Amino acid sequence: MERLKIERPEQGQRVLQNLYQDITRRITASPNGMCPVDMTLNFVRTAHAQSCGKCTPCRAGLEQIEKMIRSIMYGDAEDDVLERIRFCAEVIRDTADCAIGYETAEMVLQALSGFRDDFEEHLKRGKCAYGTRQAIPCTATCPAHVDVPGYIALIKAGRYEDAVRLIRKDNPFPSVCGYVCEHPCENKCRRAMVDAPVNICGLKRYAVDHAGFIPTPPCAPSTGKKVAVVGGGPGGLTAAYYLTLMGHKVRVYEQREKLGGMLRYGIPDYRLPQDILDRDIQYILNTGVEAWYNIVVGEDVQIEELKQEFDAVYVSIGAHDHRSLGIEGENGTNVISAVEMLRGVGEGRIPDMRGKSVVVVGGGNVAMDATRTSLRLGASKVICAYRRRIEDMTALPEEVQEAQAEGADIRTLMAPDHIELDENGKVRAFWAQPQIISAVQRGGRTGVRSADKPAVRIPCDYVVVAIGQSIHSKPFESAGMKTHRGAIEAERTSFVPESGNVFAGGDAVSGPATVILAVAAGKVASDNIDSFLGYHHKIAVDVNVPEPPMNNMPPCGRVVLKAKELSGTEGDFSLVTEGMSDEEAYQECSRCLRCDRFGYGLFRGGRSLEW
Amino acid sequence: MVTTMVNIKINGLSLSVPEGTTILTAAESHGISIPHLCYLEKINEIGACRLCCVEVKGEEKLVPSCITKAAEGMEVITNSQRVRSRARTNLQFLMSQHDGRCTQCVLSGNCRLQTLCNEMNISLDGFYEDIPKGRRTYWPAEFPLQRDATRCIKCMRCIQTCDKVQKVSVWDLISGGAWARVDVHDGLDIRESDCTLCGQCIVNCPTGALKERSDTEAVMRCIDNKDIITIAQIAPAIRTAWGESLGMSPEEATSEKLCGILKACGFDYVFDTSFGADLTIMEEASEFLARKGKGDLDKYPMFTSCCPGWVRFCKTHYPELTGQLSTSKSPHQMFGAVIKSYFAEKEGIDPSRIRTVSIMPCIAKKAEAALPTMKNAEGLSDVDYVLTTREVVRMINMENIQAGQIRETPFDNPMADYTGAGVIFGVTGGVMEAALRSAAYFVTGKNPEPDAFKAVRGRHAEECAWRELEMEIGGEKIRVAVASGLRNADLLCTAIVRGEVKYDFVEIMACPNGCSGGGGQPRHQDDIDRRGCRGEVLYKIDQKLPLRYSHENPDIQKLYHDYLEKPLSEKAEDLLHTDHFGWRMPGEENI
Repeated sequence: MERLKIERPEQGQRVLQNLYQDITRRITASPNGMCPVDMTLNFVRTAHAQSCGKCTPCRAGLEQIEKMIRSIMYGDAEDDVLERIRFCAEVIRDTADCAIGYETAEMVLQALSGFRDDFEEHLKRGKCAYGTRQAIPCTATCPAHVDVPGYIALIKAGRYEDAVRLIRKDNPFPSVCGYVCEHPCENKCRRAMVDAPVNICGLKRYAVDHAGFIPTPPCAPSTGKKVAVVGGGPGGLTAAYYLTLMGHKVRVYEQREKLGGMLRYGIPDYRLPQDILDRDIQYILNTGVEAWYNIVVGEDVQIEELKQEFDAVYVSIGAHDHRSLGIEGENGTNVISAVEMLRGVGEGRIPDMRGKSVVVVGGGNVAMDATRTSLRLGASKVICAYRRRIEDMTALPEEVQEAQAEGADIRTLMAPDHIELDENGKVRAFWAQPQIISAVQRGGRTGVRSADKPAVRIPCDYVVVAIGQSIHSKPFESAGMKTHRGAIEAERTSFVPESGNVFAGGDAVSGPATVILAVAAGKVASDNIDSFLGYHHKIAVDVNVPEPPMNNMPPCGRVVLKAKELSGTEGDFSLVTEGMSDEEAYQECSRCLRCDRFGYGLFRGGRSLEW
Repeated sequence: MVTTMVNIKINGLSLSVPEGTTILTAAESHGISIPHLCYLEKINEIGACRLCCVEVKGEEKLVPSCITKAAEGMEVITNSQRVRSRARTNLQFLMSQHDGRCTQCVLSGNCRLQTLCNEMNISLDGFYEDIPKGRRTYWPAEFPLQRDATRCIKCMRCIQTCDKVQKVSVWDLISGGAWARVDVHDGLDIRESDCTLCGQCIVNCPTGALKERSDTEAVMRCIDNKDIITIAQIAPAIRTAWGESLGMSPEEATSEKLCGILKACGFDYVFDTSFGADLTIMEEASEFLARKGKGDLDKYPMFTSCCPGWVRFCKTHYPELTGQLSTSKSPHQMFGAVIKSYFAEKEGIDPSRIRTVSIMPCIAKKAEAALPTMKNAEGLSDVDYVLTTREVVRMINMENIQAGQIRETPFDNPMADYTGAGVIFGVTGGVMEAALRSAAYFVTGKNPEPDAFKAVRGRHAEECAWRELEMEIGGEKIRVAVASGLRNADLLCTAIVRGEVKYDFVEIMACPNGCSGGGGQPRHQDDIDRRGCRGEVLYKIDQKLPLRYSHENPDIQKLYHDYLEKPLSEKAEDLLHTDHFGWRMPGEENI
């Protein structure tokens, strides 16, 4: 008689495993604005279904909590029900035998304290403060609210210029975003409920790569109003673009030789080629935006002067300062910050790393940029030292994988200890203290502490510090603007309180963030500056979006951009990914569920061709 | 071995307990009680009910005291508001899934759940009722073992008892989450399962979820019917326990007293199954010698068959041994057969007017009595009804009989005599010992010492899987073995089938310690093991009785003389033997 057998999952369980994956994608793609109480009820139900039923609190207790929350939703709950739910959850948390029970209770307790107002709204008024408001998830999630289904439909129809014009209505950086947007839109793409999100970013790149000449839209009649924009990055240029279209006269003050800000001086060419960036900038300048170069506001010209000379000022400076390590040896020769290094490369001041060993400190996207740039500058060995684990890195996973593929040596759980300098004060080695991953911190991030191991010596010629950036906000503070942790304080309209006529947005207000957030901030600022100046101009586009075909969408894989032949060799700053083929782009367009024309989109979605 | 002691504090009280002691045991041994429902020592140590959760200094959450061992320096709090409120709420959670209509429950007044609810002043205000209903509660009403899903608190004791003590694994936790419930494994109907009806799950159930099919009403209808002669017989093991629930000691609660009570209930005749046991010995010992002589037992031994739970187990788990079961009917079946023939003839009663009722510590006997192979040529069942010890106690209460005031009454003639050999049928090893006493006589013509075969006695079934004895009878070597509890039976049978051991005669009882620990015996709220002392009662009686050999029972001798001629005679074969292939267990291969 056999005692052991090879275990094979049963058919039913295999299918269930697939459903788990489906539901995971579905949950990830949850639209914003769902009722938190109803979601909690259903989370408890799901968690309860995972219970084996052995122990009382989990088997019978969760049922009580479910029924109590349900009574709230039904509108017939007792007044003290929230107190009762809390008490039952505490009992389950304290006495359940395993995580299935006590973690469910913990979730209920978090819900009760996290959105008690919503529970009370249902309890007292039988109503929900939430509901579906977001007809088109991608458009709603995009900070600039670009009409994603619209331009995908246009790409599918081969109308690439119209697609780009539609994007420009909300975002004057279609090319840049086609290459380097972090695409939050894809996180909520409803297609994820079928198989995987549409590759929206890749399609945008396809559109800009295939669009022919697009004439600059006409500007509204001149208002005679003048606006100064401080900082020629994506945010400033966005505001400048729309304000110009609105008929205002805009002058951009740029501290460097060229426009683009971090796009030019922070993002390496292998991710965003300069000519792609120049396409968007030239289009903006073609509207009549005036740009003054090599002028540092606060030094060459004072904010007060701008306030006097212009009707409004928009402060959109980037996060070009770096954070320092605060360790011994940091001021040695060949210890450089990643922003400095990347800026240098952008400006043609290239450090000589040929045949050298480089240690990059940090785990964000900038650290990866510095790592991959060092490899391209000819460094013989590039080590990226990070204090946590790879999964804790804030860099996009593909950036990390590509850096590793290019030959970077990523050493995790290595915290900076000190930098060893030679007698001339030049870097000789980087000393790292090995770490051990430890308790999860309050914010949910996994913590580290020093491991019971001696510090490790990593011999090197350069140390590149990429542990964060900050705003150079001093001049604005001296001009009387309030700052918080180095960032300028502004209202949600971008207006800087008590400044008279100053607005601010983008990294200047939020700290280092993304292109699309800077664009969105510029768009918001232009609207509010227009109002501030006494106008209500509309930004519009005259594009007809094709009707969708029948809603027959069998599951189909997502097209991802292929890496070009392994790059990373010295001097090769060419693009690392290939755009979609025509065939791929068409198929990817067909994956779009057209939420503008199906579901809630057909009821309350519609399409606004102006704002 | 030196026992290491650990020092702990419970509610500030410093205690020293042997290493390995659980917090619950440590506390209870020092007079601090902690509520618990699911814990069953060595059988169900899974911390399921969570009523026993206590605070341990340094632990964020509460810990289940029933399975957490005391460790040096541990500080435990069992009486804080936090501990009390958690136990109370968990009890409320349990009650939300429990039909709390105690007045309609057999266990009312004898139920730990009920006691705890009273002690903790439980109300269910604000809780939602979540009692299983519909198909989730279906149970066939005619099955001897009855299960009420609405009373089950999912303590898992039945599952673990059936798995660990009996190795039958009828029960399982099926479905999950809110729907999790105890039921027959793999969604089977209990009638399709290989349940042996040992009833061990019932005696370990802390609520009224498990019980026997009640046959008391049917029996009382017979008593009330003046055209019907209702005859009771009392199994040997009943005398060890029937008084427990009535507050009587074994010395008080004799079988003669129960005889008097049954007479007061209206039974027309009352007999002692010990007489039937003596009869079984006559047949079975003779059968053994005959089969041994024929070479029937060269490969496998002969097995006793007086335990119907074991017979059911044997037929499903070891069908190759079914032919080795003794064909001699069990004592109460033999007795029933004799009542409806010999006795009826003698008393001039039409056997179709007789209803025989066996008072047994057993559920499986209810199924045995109903077998098609347990009827006579006229289609009359040897035994019409079987009542468990618990049912008979309930009947006494129903009849408002003050048991203590009833006088001892002798059993009825002509089958009043019984021997010590018959009495010890009620304890593991007893059948073997009784059979050997007579077999030795049959072979040698001389009685052996009555206690010559003491080695097969055993109090603790858990200590060794089986006991064995080798002896010479009439110059021939005889090897016997005795096991109780079906896990032990399984171990023994495996060894026999694999040829690892060789015996001539094997006694097996399904319930640990035999019938005195039977599944039909009284249930108690405490966790005290009464099986050992119940067995002792029978050995004491055996010691005191003037007759200790079945073949010396004068009424047995008279029965053979007047009616049956001799053991294994044609008439005896017809009335007192059965065919174990004449019926099938679920899943038993076609015969």
